[in-house]
Amino acid sequence: MLLASIAIGVVIFALLWDLILPPLKTAIERHRARRRIIPADGYDPGRERRAEQRARQLLRSCVDDEEWAMYRDLGFIRVWGGMARAPKRLTTSLDDRRPGAPYAYLVYPHKPIVAYLVQTSELLNEYCVAFPDETRPYGSARLPDSDDVLAKWMALTGDEQRLINTANMHLPGRQVDPKQVRRDLWRLSQWERDRLRRAQRPEGSVPAP
Amino acid sequence: MKPGHGEVLIAEGDVKIAGDEERLVEEFRRQLDEGLWAAVPGRSNDGRRQAQMIKAFDEIPRDADRVIFFPRAAGGA
Repeated sequence: MLLASIAIGVVIFALLWDLILPPLKTAIERHRARRRIIPADGYDPGRERRAEQRARQLLRSCVDDEEWAMYRDLGFIRVWGGMARAPKRLTTSLDDRRPGAPYAYLVYPHKPIVAYLVQTSELLNEYCVAFPDETRPYGSARLPDSDDVLAKWMALTGDEQRLINTANMHLPGRQVDPKQVRRDLWRLSQWERDRLRRAQRPEGSVPAP
Repeated sequence: MKPGHGEVLIAEGDVKIAGDEERLVEEFRRQLDEGLWAAVPGRSNDGRRQAQMIKAFDEIPRDADRVIFFPRAAGGA
């Protein structure tokens, strides 16, 4: 009798084992997963600031002293246009390309590049361009401000046509306020005047009050 | 240039040393394959600073002290 009971017990246990084992394993794995210490990149509030500091040093080492001083003092860089013709304005016909007219770009961090005619300060176009991290297309971090300016500067001075062809061209005022740009152009002219005055001043002299 | 990090040193070496050059070429190709643009800061004939875009390792001026890789430009919003 006892032997028969044991045999029945063993059979029942063997049959139940197959039913009990998978949920048991899952429960153990879940418990372990909950308890596991996952090494995470904790948010470092100084990381972006340090990245920007490095980016500023890199920018300074690449651009002219004048361009660096412009960025430091005014927050943007003017890059002279190198193409024979100024970029065509969206609003005008093909024959209004003002061949030979000097033009330039204002390069702001994380804002469109603004093209303008130097002599008249007439705004031509906005060029919306970004430098996305293609390895992380969604939710990727963006370049530090100074790196964004440097990337635009390198692309403009290295291959202006390619950058302009890549960018999305819009009328002035789509993203950057034209009043702000005109104010920046005025600030730039004042800044250049002061800089020229300082350069012409004899060493050691002090301007009259 | 790496988004979120800024400047990151990828590789360094002397192109006059065969082993270094091989490593630099390999790294250069890897960066371009990942879709980055490469540029060498330099000077134009009139003395102004400008960049030279580089599409092949052979295009890098021998006296260049660095090549800067940055994400490829795309039309923004």
